[in-house]
Amino acid sequence: MAYFVQQLINGLTLGAIYGLIAIGYTMVYGIIGMINFAHGEIYMIGAFVALITFLVLGALGIGFVPLALLLMLLSAMVFTAVYGWTVERVAYRPLRHSFRLAPLISAIGMSIFLQNYVQLTQGARVKALPPVVTGGFTLMETGGFAVQVSYLQVFIMLLTTVLMIAFSLVIAATPLGRAQRACEQDMTMAALLGIDVDRTISLTFVMGAALAAVAGTMVVLYYGVIDFFIGFLAGIKAFTAAVLGGIGSLPGAMLGGLLIGLIEAFWSGYFSAEYKDVSVFVILVLVLVFRPTGLLGRPDVEKV
Amino acid sequence: MALAAPPARRRALPRLLKDAAAAALVVLALAIPFVGFRAVEVNAALSIRTRFGAVAVAVAVAFFGRLAIGALSGLRARPAVESRWPTLERRHLAVLAGLGVAFALLLPFLPFASSYVIGIATNVVIYVMLGWGLNVVVGLAGLLDLGYVAFYAVGAYSFAILAQRFHISFWEGLPIGGILAATFGLILGFPVLRLRGDYLAIVTLGFGEIVHIVLQNWVPLTNGPAGIGNIPPPTLFGLSFTRTAPPGQSTVFQFFHIEFSPLLRLIFVYYIILALALITNLFTLRLRKLPIGRAWEALREDEVACRALGINPTTVKLSAFAIGAMLGGFAGTFFAARQNFVSPESFTFTESATILAIVVLGGAGSQLGVVLAAIVLVTLPELGRQFAGVPVIGALGELRTLLFGAAMVGIMIWRPRGLLSRREPSLRLGSGRGGAA
Repeated sequence: MAYFVQQLINGLTLGAIYGLIAIGYTMVYGIIGMINFAHGEIYMIGAFVALITFLVLGALGIGFVPLALLLMLLSAMVFTAVYGWTVERVAYRPLRHSFRLAPLISAIGMSIFLQNYVQLTQGARVKALPPVVTGGFTLMETGGFAVQVSYLQVFIMLLTTVLMIAFSLVIAATPLGRAQRACEQDMTMAALLGIDVDRTISLTFVMGAALAAVAGTMVVLYYGVIDFFIGFLAGIKAFTAAVLGGIGSLPGAMLGGLLIGLIEAFWSGYFSAEYKDVSVFVILVLVLVFRPTGLLGRPDVEKV
Repeated sequence: MALAAPPARRRALPRLLKDAAAAALVVLALAIPFVGFRAVEVNAALSIRTRFGAVAVAVAVAFFGRLAIGALSGLRARPAVESRWPTLERRHLAVLAGLGVAFALLLPFLPFASSYVIGIATNVVIYVMLGWGLNVVVGLAGLLDLGYVAFYAVGAYSFAILAQRFHISFWEGLPIGGILAATFGLILGFPVLRLRGDYLAIVTLGFGEIVHIVLQNWVPLTNGPAGIGNIPPPTLFGLSFTRTAPPGQSTVFQFFHIEFSPLLRLIFVYYIILALALITNLFTLRLRKLPIGRAWEALREDEVACRALGINPTTVKLSAFAIGAMLGGFAGTFFAARQNFVSPESFTFTESATILAIVVLGGAGSQLGVVLAAIVLVTLPELGRQFAGVPVIGALGELRTLLFGAAMVGIMIWRPRGLLSRREPSLRLGSGRGGAA
């Protein structure tokens, strides 16, 4: 039982991170109907910015942990948002009326470019960071197995919850959120009614990148090791999460993220750690084949 | 004098400056975290190094670059993008292709053909073959396959395992590798080909990764990350190209009473892959004119219309997928025999992306474009190795993946049909050329 609870907590932490990345995929897909293949790389960039901010803060002598955390999050969100905006502006906006697969191929090119860019500027070696947030508490203890919850895990789950609520409010109750929902339904009509479609799409990328940056910061803190390649697997898993929850649906992305995190944690806890990534890919294939709309998605009407 | 500078031009300069300043600002924000700082490991702990000079250079380049582009595009009307590129006529292409084949055939006899050159040429032709194989799937049928390397791996590993367990030769392994890869293509394709284009891409990507993970972890069968060695090289009608033949066989050198030369083996291997690639090319060129090839191209252009005309999209896509997979399997079998060694490292997503880059840069559907892209892609890192210290050429090799990523984006924006291709149907009604087959 205790082992189960421990895996549950680990899975939820992981799932929160995947969920934050998955929102970026699902929003972009909802609005312009493309898979932003470079989104995993945006998350990787967020992780690197957080790491570099931490090192700069260390060099400046700022050692107070809550302040350092706040600055890391803010700097990661801001700088990564600029990357998200630029990627959209450079690689996707010119292709808005191109043939169907063009944005996807362009996104793959962008993803390769960003990976190599980070590899060239920051080196190919794995970067390891000593734990920043330490400590935790024992939740329960049965049969000699103590369920440990670290403060960091609590922080990750709380922050994700807060961001999710804030984010849902933005979508539901602000002019920007209204514009986004309008663009999702009908871009031409939205433009006719005076919505700046380009700006709305740009802001969608900015928001998605900022959330991915939060996920990247969390990963730096949680695992303490990053390299330029982490975006690839995390990106696919988060995409799987978005598909599982129903692509285009925000609660779906979060639900999918949590499910993927749980599945991965339980799979490596009870079966084999080597094949944990296979489990995610198998889920992706099964969902796409048998229920392409996902758990919470709407059926997708094919237009000529 | 007031007429000399039209009002639009006078207002243009402040706007240009504003644009350039905005571009510089964005580049500044992009460059600060990655160019300005570098996390380096000192005494097993990370510390930070600054490179603000490089940031300043990047910002300056962005500012003046944007200014120059703005000024140039303001000076003259933007020419139509289509007319700026010379489009090659079909007969020019044929001449070019003939010259290319002649060059490839004569290459081993040219004066500069060392074992190094032939090794690179072999690599180029492997990628050409893979590119042509993937071209059937991506270029003709319009299905984006991000896991093509899986079929390459199936071909390579099936031959490696069969050679290890049952001592089959390369010529027995070749058809088996192709058939197994095609079977894998069918098994994968059957459930997923009903999906929409971009979903299909992601599923094939997942499949490629599954194959990679299985190769790495199924140690009893694949020997895991250590790989499988001692794969027999190709033989000429049972004659081997080694210095001493295994018992009961003889070497080419003994048989023809010539002196042992390792170069001859390389040339032989080169001709095998060249023959495989040329057969692939003839095969696809023929297929394009058959009903199935026409159905692929029609499906690429409009799936709904095809369905309305009675084409079953799933079967047609499945055939393209399986044929592409089979060609990948052939290439994989050859790869295993040529390297004498396979390991999961050779079959990563990067490899799939490389092959896809070749197809996309060459122009999906264009056979000649694939060749050019493969040559550039394989020789760039070699240039980097040869001219490691030389400023421009050396840097080109080092930056080649970066440049290829950027080129994929650029091609999609400016020449979405590729550098050479005009994406014409292989056959058309009415015009004399091509005719009805």
